[in-house]
Amino acid sequence: MRRSALTLTVAAATGLLLAGCGSSSTPAASPATSSTAVSDSPALSGTVNVFAAASLQEAFTTLGRQFEAAHPGTKVVFNFGPSSGLATQITAGAPADVFASASTKNMDQVVKAAAATSPTNFASNVMEIAVPATNPAGVTGLFDLAKPAVKVALCQVAVPCGATAAKVFKNAKLTVTPVTQEIDVKAVLAKVTLGEVDAGVVYVTDVRAAGAKVKGIQIPANVNASTVYPIATLTKAPNKATAAAFTDDVLSADGVSILAADGFAKP
Amino acid sequence: MPADRGSLKTADRPSDGQAPARRSPQAARAAAARGAIPWPLGVPALLGALFLLVPLGGLLVRAPWRGMPRLLADSQVLDALRLSLLCASAATAVSLVFGVPLAWVLARWQVRGIGLLRALVTLPLVLPPVVGGVALLLAFGRQGLLGRLLDEWTGITLPFTTAGVIVAETFVAMPFLIITVEGAFRASDRGFEEAAATLGASRLTVFRTVTLPLIGPSLLAGAVLCWARALGEFGATITFAGNFPGRTQTMPLAVYVALESDPEAAVALSLVLLVVSIAVLAGLRDRWLTAGTTR
Repeated sequence: MRRSALTLTVAAATGLLLAGCGSSSTPAASPATSSTAVSDSPALSGTVNVFAAASLQEAFTTLGRQFEAAHPGTKVVFNFGPSSGLATQITAGAPADVFASASTKNMDQVVKAAAATSPTNFASNVMEIAVPATNPAGVTGLFDLAKPAVKVALCQVAVPCGATAAKVFKNAKLTVTPVTQEIDVKAVLAKVTLGEVDAGVVYVTDVRAAGAKVKGIQIPANVNASTVYPIATLTKAPNKATAAAFTDDVLSADGVSILAADGFAKP
Repeated sequence: MPADRGSLKTADRPSDGQAPARRSPQAARAAAARGAIPWPLGVPALLGALFLLVPLGGLLVRAPWRGMPRLLADSQVLDALRLSLLCASAATAVSLVFGVPLAWVLARWQVRGIGLLRALVTLPLVLPPVVGGVALLLAFGRQGLLGRLLDEWTGITLPFTTAGVIVAETFVAMPFLIITVEGAFRASDRGFEEAAATLGASRLTVFRTVTLPLIGPSLLAGAVLCWARALGEFGATITFAGNFPGRTQTMPLAVYVALESDPEAAVALSLVLLVVSIAVLAGLRDRWLTAGTTR
């Protein structure tokens, strides 16, 4: 008796799960009244899966919410992470509609695998030092990061933020040995926010997004390095029309102003 | 041979008293074991087996066999392998030192709330390892509850060190040892312990000379399970100990990092981990079985 009840519960739960999976991939019926949408294209609908660099989290979340509001019946689902990892997922066949990378290198990887054509650069970003609000190691500039007593977190070099930070150190002729090479820029920021490291090298946009939890220390412009963000609708996008509309949204004047408000520069 | 073992077993347990009547069900069971498998069991069983085996096959099929020597000769790979073996073994040792006494207390100490304690200490079994990593940071991190005191008093900080890796792996793997050993303590025959106690042995002597040898096979099984779990640990390690080659980058982390830059290397590393796991399980399985039959 008890066992059969359990079986029923499991079966019901599985059914629910399956139903959940189904509804997320089938385009939700969009009401015909959605002609208030700004674009002149036919009513957009369904889920669009956006794979975006971790540093885009705040700006893209805002953009996505606006997009959903402007096009009722659409849903923007984000997969934020290290650009290199996202590129690998896409070339391995992940069901992505849009890819926004934090470097042209990872976008090229996707283009080379014929998963995307003609990406467009939409933003750029420079590096900044983030220290915990209390600045326990008294970091005042880039050269402090080379001191052995200062615990530094960096991105691993395969990730754009790691590669760009490496350029900064090369420009400044500094050798910095980090205590950890994190998988993406948000992981570096988390270690700084928690106070587990004395400093991390992140994007200026991350320092701004973290608010009062971290303190930013500028890197002199003559040694700072930047990275360019390209975006592309993927060739195998399951929901191409809506994906293209989202990409256009990011490139629109509205998209540029949201990105600028978060500290991104023009490409 | 199996028949002998069966009769030995029944002879071992005089309380059973049903030795002759048991013969026929045993024969029936043997016949059933050779018969056809009903399809409602056979089909899911086959699918289940395939589901577990196909990914491993994929690893073998897609392995860059030609590039293997070059990929594995990389010093970073050897560092990661050495670190993985070292940390998993250390985590198992720590788990044995603290986990076995804890398992004994959980099994033998009969006070109110012991069940709750048991549930709580085995929580990491079901807790997502990343959550474990965050919890460890909040407890043993530089700003953590205990970590702050440790830093103030001794200047030692655990995150981003090899010791931190061992802490993370122990946190995740020790419950596997505790739960296995605790079960064995519960199931072990208290008669021998009571006999030793009546002969004047202290509780500690009984534990050392009677209880521990009694649960030997389970202890080994728990230790192997614990070691294997520690070897594969990823989430708590990367969260608490970070990722730095040679210091905190164990094999699972190296596989994850390699997958983003050099997928072939990731497959090669995975194969190494697979071989190590199979070797250890196969190596210990023999001792495990012999240990089981001599008791």
